[in-house]
Amino acid sequence: MKAIPAKRSGVWHQVVSRPRGALALAILGFLYFCALFAPFLAPYGPGDQDLRRTYHPPTSLTWTRRGLAVRLYENADPSQALYRPIPGRTAVIRWLPIGHPYRLFGLFPCRRHLFGVEPPQKVYLLGSDSIGRDVFSRLLYGAQVSLSIGLIGISISLGVGLVAGGLAGYFGGWFDSVVMRTTELLMAIPGLYLLLALRGAFASQFGSGEVYLLIVIILSFLGWSGAARVVRGLALSLRAQTFVDAAIVTGLSPWRILWRHLLPNLASYLLIAAALSIPGYILGEAALSFLGIGIQEPSASWGLMLAQAQEMKVFMCNFWWLLTPGAAVFVTVAAFNLLGDTLRDVIDPHFRTGDR
Amino acid sequence: MPDPDAIPLLEVSNLSIDFVSEERIVHAVDGVSFSMQAGSTLAVVGESGSGKSVTALSLARLLPSPPAQIRSGKVFFEGTDLLTLPERALRHYRGGKIAYVFQEPSTSLNPVFSVGFQLSEAMALHRPDLQDRRAAGIAALTEVGIRDPERCWKSYPHELSGGMQQRVMIAMALVCRPRLLVADEPTTALDVTIQAQILQLLREIRSRFGMSILLITHNFGLVKGFADHVLVMFRGKIVEQGPTDAVLASPRHPYTQALIACVPRLGESKKRLTTIDYARLDALLSQS
Repeated sequence: MKAIPAKRSGVWHQVVSRPRGALALAILGFLYFCALFAPFLAPYGPGDQDLRRTYHPPTSLTWTRRGLAVRLYENADPSQALYRPIPGRTAVIRWLPIGHPYRLFGLFPCRRHLFGVEPPQKVYLLGSDSIGRDVFSRLLYGAQVSLSIGLIGISISLGVGLVAGGLAGYFGGWFDSVVMRTTELLMAIPGLYLLLALRGAFASQFGSGEVYLLIVIILSFLGWSGAARVVRGLALSLRAQTFVDAAIVTGLSPWRILWRHLLPNLASYLLIAAALSIPGYILGEAALSFLGIGIQEPSASWGLMLAQAQEMKVFMCNFWWLLTPGAAVFVTVAAFNLLGDTLRDVIDPHFRTGDR
Repeated sequence: MPDPDAIPLLEVSNLSIDFVSEERIVHAVDGVSFSMQAGSTLAVVGESGSGKSVTALSLARLLPSPPAQIRSGKVFFEGTDLLTLPERALRHYRGGKIAYVFQEPSTSLNPVFSVGFQLSEAMALHRPDLQDRRAAGIAALTEVGIRDPERCWKSYPHELSGGMQQRVMIAMALVCRPRLLVADEPTTALDVTIQAQILQLLREIRSRFGMSILLITHNFGLVKGFADHVLVMFRGKIVEQGPTDAVLASPRHPYTQALIACVPRLGESKKRLTTIDYARLDALLSQS
């Protein structure tokens, strides 16, 4: 007799076997790889300035006898940032050169980068900003902030929502009322104003690490209520199932029933909820940083980079490369939504949307 | 014959349970008293809403409160009052001494865990002496008549049929070697051939392990040949109790007579099945 495969082992396989799921996972895998290895992939540090090369356009690549090279540019009019390639002058791209020191994963001291050119020449794959910083490098460093904030934020808010909603649904009574009224209170206030008010309530003189933490906490504080309400509803409906009674008459303690019997039944919901709410955190961080109360200079985040693209000069002179962080946000959010939709199709066939 | 001086396994005295809502109070169980000797089988018979399931659930304090409220009464299990026992001490009785088998096997098992996991969990709690839980679990699955216990051990509940699921539930109850098995309509959700198998299985278990069984049912047909004693409940009260054969042969209470008349007999060719005429019953009851 052929053994029937266990139900849960199939989820990963099913997501990968669908074109949309595979695409979303490939994009996210690539983005998180870039964020993880940002210091290695980036030729320059996030704060490395070069005031002689402000608003430098993306350098074009050519193939020379000595290998892959970048064109060199001269600035015809510094006030207008009119860069023109100098005919016949190139700088060869060197692979794994020694550059500025950094720590890989914050642990291993290292000086090698993936690529670079011989100083004082510079390679700007995505151009430079108003003080000559490499947009490509900052995009990679910004990815560390923007991509991790979603994961950490969702872990905190789902964790809190799970505990609060689970206890409220399982035990009911006064605790249920307190939790539900609190979530209603939080949801009644428009999110962005609450976000601004909370951020304003804390002192603005913080280090970049502290601001990062503060943003995560504020976003999670707003995010847990939705999760708590849904978890409570699910816990209530699961509570009515006979297997909970069966667990009680087996003599299990309420905590064990809650953690070992109800939680695994919620796992699929939590997976979908996580994938679908991470974009909210990425956008929330981007919004805060865009308004100037999120990640502070000289650290990089996608929202902060977009804030700098507000300058009149960017629009007047069509410095399109300064808007690439917007594209990065778009791609990330779209990929997470795609992944969430695919997960929901796989796990919960009742809500299947469209074709595979 | 049970020793009359021995402490009964289970003694319920004057148990009354109310369901309290804002509009009204329902007396679900009203002054119920009965006792069970070790190794005996008692059937509680009654229609839906007669309070039989509420009585069964209250033994292990399974009723959600609110709305359920125990107004009065005591439940002695081997001399200990279960209704006043602290929650922590009660857990030792739940599963360890009193096991339950519910009506709907498909929802009684947790859908996300394998049969093996759920059996092991019960054993870890009540049989810490067991060295090899897997072997004990597979032995229990064999005892309840599962043909391929190794495969069943690894299966998830949705991969089993209703009859198999109910057998697993009985195996879960068995592994902890309880003194009392409360079977709350254990065959109602199963089809007729499986019903007979499950009843036969319960009968075998009782004789092999000396376990007492409290069978809750609405079907008098199941009672004959299964239970030593029968207890008939109607509107929260016990209306008749006694040895099964005596009650079946000469039912005294009009409700019992009506209930027995409802069981269709083989070979009988009637156009309509007998039902209980409540207007007539009420008239009869008000006379007495």
